Amino acid sequence: MDGSDAAVVAQVRAGDSEAFRVLVDRHARTIFRLACRMIGNEQDADDVVQETFLRAYRQIGRFESRANFGTWLYRIAVNCSLDLLRQRPRRVEEQPREDQEEPAADCEASASPERMTFSAEVQAKVSAALCDLSDAERAAFLLRHFEGQSIEEIGRALGLRTSATKHTVFRAVQKMRRALEPVLVSSADGRPRLSASARP
Amino acid sequence: MTGHSQHPGDEDLVLFFYGEPDGSGTVARHVESCEACQASLRALEQTLEVVDHHRVPDRDAAYGGEVWARVQARLERTAPGPRLPDWRAWFTPRQLVLAGGVAVLLVAAFFAGRYTSLPPAPQSASRSTPASPGGPFNAATRAQVVRDRVLLVAVGDHLERSQMVLIELMNRPSDGPIDISATQQWARDLVPNNRLIRETADQAGEHVVADVLDALERTLIEIANSPSELTQTEFEHVRQRIDGEGLVFKIRVLDSQVREREQTRVRAAVQTRS
Repeated sequence: MDGSDAAVVAQVRAGDSEAFRVLVDRHARTIFRLACRMIGNEQDADDVVQETFLRAYRQIGRFESRANFGTWLYRIAVNCSLDLLRQRPRRVEEQPREDQEEPAADCEASASPERMTFSAEVQAKVSAALCDLSDAERAAFLLRHFEGQSIEEIGRALGLRTSATKHTVFRAVQKMRRALEPVLVSSADGRPRLSASARP
Repeated sequence: MTGHSQHPGDEDLVLFFYGEPDGSGTVARHVESCEACQASLRALEQTLEVVDHHRVPDRDAAYGGEVWARVQARLERTAPGPRLPDWRAWFTPRQLVLAGGVAVLLVAAFFAGRYTSLPPAPQSASRSTPASPGGPFNAATRAQVVRDRVLLVAVGDHLERSQMVLIELMNRPSDGPIDISATQQWARDLVPNNRLIRETADQAGEHVVADVLDALERTLIEIANSPSELTQTEFEHVRQRIDGEGLVFKIRVLDSQVREREQTRVRAAVQTRS
């Protein structure tokens, strides 16, 4: 089925519940990635995706047709993730052992030497840094950094005022920098490089 | 902009990095001519590039279909059919039967404090002549007050009963298999009323109230549809859900707000009468 999200939403609202499948098809993978970064756990992220679309379906009558459906969905997904985080004790990702091989996904990048340097250790450090953010900071940072949401949209998703949203994104970035700067060292041309310890 | 050299603050630089407009364009103009700030931005960019390489597992193209199948199954499990959007949900035969007696009145009652108000008590004889107790205006007002009060009591009772179901579950000892059949029947009876009140709240723009009732409804349905005998793990799951959403607390707050509205209307009625 073709048509913009808004057109499909209109169909669902008109009673064509099957049309909702189109929206799920379009957005499920993006929501999964967001949830995975929010929660840090694949299985829980699947639950969040399911709950997000369930809530979206039930609340579609409240969706304002002028708004962006994807942004609205992000908002629901963030809330579902926060609900889940509040319900369950945070699962800290296991730090990789020194002899641990790189994750399989990284092997795909074997053609690129630069990407090769992003070892499992760096990956784990980024995960740990994300994990150390508060829930609101993590949500704000992920929506800004990975999903390209504007401050205004993030504010709407998190129920924060613009100034508070800006400050939340800023705090998150500062914490990420503090956590990740040790991974980088300055090279002769002044450009930071991955430190030797971070290389495989 | 902060500092003696008029460099933008760190927060401004971060927002500039992310392309957030700063209104006047001061940061952009400054950065264009300031090597120190350009260096700061490069450093920020380099650090955040590390984050860009953070990968999460991906799902294949069939994922959407799988999610939809699970969502559809849950919708079918929890409701007789897909919930119709907007006003159409009010006009299914089942809803009409249920709604016949109470729905319209609930709109008036539950949100009475917001959408209707009693005429103020006469301030002085010179401003208005008190209507005679038997006058048509007073009779209608009294009828409205009584009706609102009765229905506020009904909504309050619904919330109270819901709380009791949840509290009962929360306080059940969980050693061995747990028989929840009695609680289940109770939960099942509460679902239709809850749905009516939630939809009414939603229609009236009371989205916070509707959200609490939505969470309550999902929990009541989950309880109603669970096996009548739960294992400890299943029971813990239900309990964690109630606990995690802070449902008992939220309903208690809502209940006390309804009770307060009820009291306010009683006081207003007494004042009007006197």
